[in-house]
Amino acid sequence: MAEGLTWNVYDANTMTQADIYGEVLCALGEKNPDIVGLSADLAKSTKIGKFAERFPERFFNAGVAEQNMFGMAAGLAKAGLIPFVSTMAVFTTMRAAEQVRTDICYQQLNVKIIATHSGISFGQAGTTHHCTEDLGIMRSLANMTIIAPSDGIETANAVRESVDYPGPVYIRIGRGFEPNCNDSDDYGFQIGRAVEMHPGTDITLICCGITVLQAVEAAKHLKENDGLSVRVVNMHTIKPLDREAVLSAIQDTRRIITFEEHNVLGGLGTAVAEVVAASGKACAFEQVGIPDCYCLVGYPEDLYHHYQLNMDGMVQKVREVMGRDFEDDEDWEDEV
Amino acid sequence: MTISDQEIKEMEKRAKQLREDIIDITYWAGGAHIGGALSMVEILVTLYDKHLAIDPGNPDWEDRDRVVLSKGHAGVGYVPLLARKGYFDFDLLKDFNKFKSPFGMHPDSLKVKGVDVSTGSLGHGLSMAVGLALGARYKKKSWYTYCVLGDGECNEGSIWEAAMAASHFKLTNLITFVDRNKYSVDGPTEDVMGIEPFSDKWNAFGFIVKEVDGHSFPALSDAIEAAKNETSGPVVIIADTLKGKGVDFMEDDVKWHYGGLDSDVLVEAKASLNK
Repeated sequence: MAEGLTWNVYDANTMTQADIYGEVLCALGEKNPDIVGLSADLAKSTKIGKFAERFPERFFNAGVAEQNMFGMAAGLAKAGLIPFVSTMAVFTTMRAAEQVRTDICYQQLNVKIIATHSGISFGQAGTTHHCTEDLGIMRSLANMTIIAPSDGIETANAVRESVDYPGPVYIRIGRGFEPNCNDSDDYGFQIGRAVEMHPGTDITLICCGITVLQAVEAAKHLKENDGLSVRVVNMHTIKPLDREAVLSAIQDTRRIITFEEHNVLGGLGTAVAEVVAASGKACAFEQVGIPDCYCLVGYPEDLYHHYQLNMDGMVQKVREVMGRDFEDDEDWEDEV
Repeated sequence: MTISDQEIKEMEKRAKQLREDIIDITYWAGGAHIGGALSMVEILVTLYDKHLAIDPGNPDWEDRDRVVLSKGHAGVGYVPLLARKGYFDFDLLKDFNKFKSPFGMHPDSLKVKGVDVSTGSLGHGLSMAVGLALGARYKKKSWYTYCVLGDGECNEGSIWEAAMAASHFKLTNLITFVDRNKYSVDGPTEDVMGIEPFSDKWNAFGFIVKEVDGHSFPALSDAIEAAKNETSGPVVIIADTLKGKGVDFMEDDVKWHYGGLDSDVLVEAKASLNK
């Protein structure tokens, strides 16, 4: 475990991503007096409240006023501080979208946004609290870096790395007690560099967030039952995207499926599709996510099942794509 | 810090220069938000001549006072003042609005020296000013943050979110102006979306309100001085101004919220300044 952290993998298994974020931010705050915190009456549920308890003199609760909060964060950054801002993803990227763009991204300010309850992780709350648009919205903001950590351990890594990473960073995390897919935080996490979670040569599943663990499970299942060699890529950074990891997947497996807790428009799948299209290589390609609709209401596990974002759904999707008529092209190596 | 008659004369000269510059740049640029630039001239001249701790030779000086021109569309009245203060060469403003110019209509803090915060989208400036003031307090710095709002801008809900925060955090190191020129784009503020009783609103949000003649240097200067001595909460100085002030045919006429000048009108406008 990294310096300054008291929690261990056992803790990580019993803590939410947000809990871990709160702990890590406290540890960072001990070392760096320039780190300040903000929330909009969600200090408790986003767990930035841990920082607030430890450092009350540098935590600012904006009340239920997200636009003002992101403007305040811009001002604090202009004063030379490093604000960490936490509220739900939906209010960050839509209610305060213009402040995030114009106050923070346009001025290239050092504001770190940890947006919780992303995707459909608060499925039971309904559409007002779902956020299946944030990746698309944030991707179109110049200067923004976007990370969707796969678990609490990766959240810790992302939060730590974001401190010294210049400019605005958007880290989207969930809400529940999702299990970990990393055994430790010592796997060379680097912003913008994808992680291969499972080797494979038949097909590649490119994932972010909670879908990574499900994909690893699916890959094991498919190896055992179908004899398929399924590569799983953890594309934790959506922007800047690790294009090399996508190009390798095209080259080595020629079949890609993306899985994300987001509308199929605008997010990870779209980002990967852009690389596939520009590669000039033929590649079977499928995007799985929320199919351009407002997600149903329900507990996340039921929703993940419904939208084929869990292991069962992934296994089925892989079999579908593998069953398609996708002939090898002898001249493929010569293509542009 | 009362100001002497001599100082007032100097400030009047600089205000006239700034109005001339505004007219010239509007002419060069083919159009600008001239009415709301002319109305805030005395506010900016009082600040920059008399009150701000700044060093144009060292624009990033950490302990400088900060200025947030929340009514960023009035940039045509701000950047020439910065040029005259020595932040950059005035002649650069001949390219205002033009291809690759650092000077767009709305000031960009990454491109224009002396501009502390990029503005232009109304309703954003006061929040950023609140953040700056909180940052100064946390860092135990004594610099002040000054924020200049437009009156039409106060239709934005985010202004009142920020106002709530400024008084909640008792930001006595934040001094806010409203350039109350009584017009927004579409007409008189009270016809478009009324903001009165304006001073009562600020009061209700926890501000100490000072209403002054926005074209009087002594009145503005005294209000700033009083604001600095205030210990109970943030101060807003509501500056009663005339849109288009100084150019007789532009005064109190919403038509000149944004406008261009041809060479005849340019001469006429400048002549009006000398009346």
